Amino acid sequence: MLLFKKTKILELKMDEFLNIVNESGLVFIDGVRHYLSDNKELFEEKVNKLKKQENKADELRRAIEKRLYTETLIPESRGDVLALLETADNVINQVKATLLEFSVESPMVPKKFHTDFINLSENSIKAIDEMTKALRSFFKNPSGVSDFLHKVYYYEKEADKSAERLKRAVFADKTLKLSEKIHLRYFALHIDTIADKSEDVADRLGIYSIKRFV
Amino acid sequence: MLLLIFLSSGLFLGWSLGANDASNIFGTAVATRMVKFKTAAIVASVFLILGAVISGAGTSHTLGKLGEITMLAGAFMVALSAALTVFWMTKMSLPVSTSQAIVGAIVGWNIFAGNAVDLNSLSKIATTWVLSPPLAAGIAFLLYLAFSKLLKIVSIHMFRMDVYLRVGLIMVGAFGAYSLGANNIANVVGVFMNSVPFTDFTLGGITINATQQLFLIGGLAISAGVFTYSKRVMMTVGNGVVKLTPETALIVVLSQSIVLFLFASRGLESWLLNHGLPTIPLVPLSSSQLVIGAVIGIGLAHGGKGIQFKQLGKIASGWVSTPVIAAIITFISLFFLQNVFNLQVI
Repeated sequence: MLLFKKTKILELKMDEFLNIVNESGLVFIDGVRHYLSDNKELFEEKVNKLKKQENKADELRRAIEKRLYTETLIPESRGDVLALLETADNVINQVKATLLEFSVESPMVPKKFHTDFINLSENSIKAIDEMTKALRSFFKNPSGVSDFLHKVYYYEKEADKSAERLKRAVFADKTLKLSEKIHLRYFALHIDTIADKSEDVADRLGIYSIKRFV
Repeated sequence: MLLLIFLSSGLFLGWSLGANDASNIFGTAVATRMVKFKTAAIVASVFLILGAVISGAGTSHTLGKLGEITMLAGAFMVALSAALTVFWMTKMSLPVSTSQAIVGAIVGWNIFAGNAVDLNSLSKIATTWVLSPPLAAGIAFLLYLAFSKLLKIVSIHMFRMDVYLRVGLIMVGAFGAYSLGANNIANVVGVFMNSVPFTDFTLGGITINATQQLFLIGGLAISAGVFTYSKRVMMTVGNGVVKLTPETALIVVLSQSIVLFLFASRGLESWLLNHGLPTIPLVPLSSSQLVIGAVIGIGLAHGGKGIQFKQLGKIASGWVSTPVIAAIITFISLFFLQNVFNLQVI
């Protein structure tokens, strides 16, 4: 019975980790909206929240990994689970780093590019959302993982398209200085990378779920 | 002392059975670190002995019908010849099973003694060898489909599944060890059944008859094999020849155990008789061949890809070569024992 109780605690920790990864996307999009609307206070609130979430995710990841290895749990799959945790953690790291860069570098984003930035951010966080659903499915129903993977790939491509559109528009603009253009391109690239990191998790999931499905 | 010397060949067979065949039950569980070796060894030993003492008489009776060896020296040489056959064929990397070697050795004893071989018993035994791996394959096939369907219906978290699998591997392992003890103890000490001078004794209201005492000694020899040598075999089999996941190992061990149990259970035999149904012959089987059968069954459930059908040919060749080689070795050894040491073997 003790074994089942311990397992339940581990399951809850994994759920909490995935909740945080998923929620980080929602905090990020709110943060971007506040930044673009010039709500400095609310924006900084989101930055701080993301920092805390990223720390918490790290703690949970380490605690789960430690238990998997010290108690020799899921010996056949723990390498896979470890890799998934690390790559999912890279997503939240990227989310936090990108919003923090907004706070540190305060890029000047002309109003005409706001919609493009919002679209790009939305596609990236939709990729995170589908990726966390795929992760949950991997743990409970590996045969259902593919239902979510194709959506991750879809939103990752959409994010690529949004980023390209934004970058083309920025560099076609005659009113911006080259330094401003490069600065905006840098932010477009970083938001797009969030979707790429989600795709990395999806790629691993695609293989690991085949291995898991008996 | 003389009794112990004569029993030594059987005890060696028992040690060898424990060292090699425990891996068919706990190999993957231990190699994948789902079950600790110590836990596996204790469970395997306890249930092997229980199976041997409680249900070992059925298959031993079948071997007894094939050849009733009443002289201790004869029984010693029959068991030793079977052991030598297994040892030599293993060294030559030929497929071999103790069950098939012991049957060949008994036939060799019959020929040496000038007795007519009970062809009815022999054909029953041979048919069982041929049918048992496909039966294990069929059971594994069905269990695999049922298991896959069940997992799709009830979504169990990976971490919880890990706990269920550990408990399942130990429980199925216990059943497997019991069935292996019941089915294979005949190979170890069955030939000594009519020659050992044991008498029944009662301990705390439980009477242990001479045969059960013999099986207990055989069981202890098997346990010694499990504790002293099986870990090495488990790590080799678990990581090498047939690599299974804990999930598939559970199905393979369960299929193997069901077949071993079906061909060893006197209780089932009398139940079938009472209901006017045809009985299942109680015959010692090769657990390794059942494992291969079960793995093929899972392969078929996967669509039949990647099955090495060459393995089947190898098994089939063993059905003939092992008993023939064992019979020849026994004949020569009995001749040697009788004429050089002047011991009565028939």
